[in-house]
Amino acid sequence: MKRMIAVVAAGLLLAGCGGTTKNNSGGDTGGGSTAAANPNAPAAKDLKLTFLPKQVNNPYFTVAQGGAEKAAAALGEQLKATGPSSADASSQVTYINTAAQQGQNALLLAANDSNAVAPALKAARKQGMKVVTFDSDAAPDARDVFINQASSQEIAAGQVKLISDAIGGAGEIAILSATANATNQNAWIAIMKQELAKPAYAKITLDEIAYGNDDDQTSFQKTQGLLQAHPNLKGIISPTTVGVAAAARYLDSSSYKGKVALTGLGTPNQMRKFLQDGTVGSIALWDPAQLGALATYAAVALASGQITGKQGDKFKAGELGEYTVGANGEVVLGPPLTFTKDNVDKYNF
Amino acid sequence: MKTLLRWESALFVLLVLVVVGGSVATDGSFLTGRGAFNVGSDLAVMALIALPLTLVIVAAEIDLSVASVLGLSSALIGVLWNDGWPLEAILPFVIVVGAVCGAVNGFLVTKLGLPSLAVTIGSLALYRGLAFVVLGDKAVADFPDSYTQFGTTPVPGTWIPYPIVLFVVLAVAFGLLLHATTFGRAVFAIGANEEAARFSGIRVKRTKFILFVLTGAVAALAGIVYTLRFASARADNGTGLELEVVTAVLLGGVSIFGGRGTIGGVVLATLVLGGLTDALILDDVATEVVTLVTGILLLASVFAPAVTHRPTRGTP
Repeated sequence: MKRMIAVVAAGLLLAGCGGTTKNNSGGDTGGGSTAAANPNAPAAKDLKLTFLPKQVNNPYFTVAQGGAEKAAAALGEQLKATGPSSADASSQVTYINTAAQQGQNALLLAANDSNAVAPALKAARKQGMKVVTFDSDAAPDARDVFINQASSQEIAAGQVKLISDAIGGAGEIAILSATANATNQNAWIAIMKQELAKPAYAKITLDEIAYGNDDDQTSFQKTQGLLQAHPNLKGIISPTTVGVAAAARYLDSSSYKGKVALTGLGTPNQMRKFLQDGTVGSIALWDPAQLGALATYAAVALASGQITGKQGDKFKAGELGEYTVGANGEVVLGPPLTFTKDNVDKYNF
Repeated sequence: MKTLLRWESALFVLLVLVVVGGSVATDGSFLTGRGAFNVGSDLAVMALIALPLTLVIVAAEIDLSVASVLGLSSALIGVLWNDGWPLEAILPFVIVVGAVCGAVNGFLVTKLGLPSLAVTIGSLALYRGLAFVVLGDKAVADFPDSYTQFGTTPVPGTWIPYPIVLFVVLAVAFGLLLHATTFGRAVFAIGANEEAARFSGIRVKRTKFILFVLTGAVAALAGIVYTLRFASARADNGTGLELEVVTAVLLGGVSIFGGRGTIGGVVLATLVLGGLTDALILDDVATEVVTLVTGILLLASVFAPAVTHRPTRGTP
């Protein structure tokens, strides 16, 4: 055993003499494309697109996939959806490699872990595959364009406004998030804290941030825990579709129904019952179908050479209108929609 | 012995079927250099851990904490890298930590006489918990390309992933250890009949202890490979991988009751599992079906030897 450790250690020492530490190693260099965009190039037909969500059988991504399929059909492209059954950090890598191996023209990806997918994405892009991320970004140097569902500022400020309105501008609140390392969740929570520091929300205190891991049962139990731990809690923000649905179910069946306000990012179909019976006053969300469609239009524009992902590139996205690539290759879908009992029946997703 | 040979032949036929079937179903894109590279990269981590675990299961024990040791190793790499340690010191260090994790399992099983199933279910939770304690929910990803290339690029001029080179070296080493040394014969003897082994002068506890230490060290090594491949050190890396590894070992013809099994069979089984999974995904078969097929294979691997060969140690 000792001998084995010694051999391994010696091998590793030989592999890199001089010591490789965080401070002396060079950073990765980006693989950004240098080719010039030709905005007037025609959209290529019969492009092969792969739609890779965080996990399959997730209702949110199923709706996004529907939007992507519709857009692909309208443009005459072939889109297929695939993906892992669990949202692990590394589970998407096999599917990215596979798409490259199949010679797909573009990949539409909602990344589970922005870094774990980066090496595979870089290798795929070297083979000419275009990479569009949506919903949850990969490392910016590993993709061409990121379709952001809404600006983080708009989402987070909107959520704080909704809960403040629901509790009359004063009281204790808590946040029920997804996983503690989810890039988008943490960005929103950081902005929510900034918002809450403003004078307008001086009477609102944030008691706790709980993590339901985007798992229905865990989120349900965390909601229960929050209400037990903070008897004066007046409101909960759950900026995740899984969390808000689980929290609503708990409130609906508990004595807190109608006393503790809940808002979050939820789909109209999952939340319709709770909006109509008064458990939940309002929720917000962008239309995932539009998100999928916009990602598809961006992928086709990239694969056709109409854009390269540089800031200022413009492309047409069918009935969604014209979009411009912003800083860091980001395209923002638009402001989120707010759903209440009055308008929820107009939406079906 | 005859049964074993037949089992390995069956695995070999299965492997040929996977390769041929996979190539036909995917119009040849499976059987390319890049295809082989992808399969190799995907299965390397699981295959590495399967090697020492084969010896553990042959000795009629089990270690379910391997994936958690992998996660702890990954988390430690991340936290020490953030602290400014050189990778050349971090990597040997985490292997030592892995060996210590294995030694704790080994101590509880051999010195306190606790069943390894219960002990390692406990340490599965314990080591994963430790991983979250050291790194929390962070992800560390700024490793230098010169190191992550070990996991992401093939050996120059070939399509062979570096982790597979490591796997081949260790497979030969563990193959020799199990099949060509007195230590290996002791492992078989313990698995077949522990009492008899003890009375014939085999140091049962010492042998088992060494097996757990080896398993911990290799699991930590697999954690290094995993971290470099995905260029991402996280506490939740490899969650659930222990079941894949056990699947590979059992499919390889190793008896869950101990006393029987070969490294060759397990190597074949890892290739079958890795090849089959990648071929199915490449052929756009739904993920649920892939999981289903793996489950059926595992059941078949437990079932087939049980009907062709009665366990030698009384009732299970």
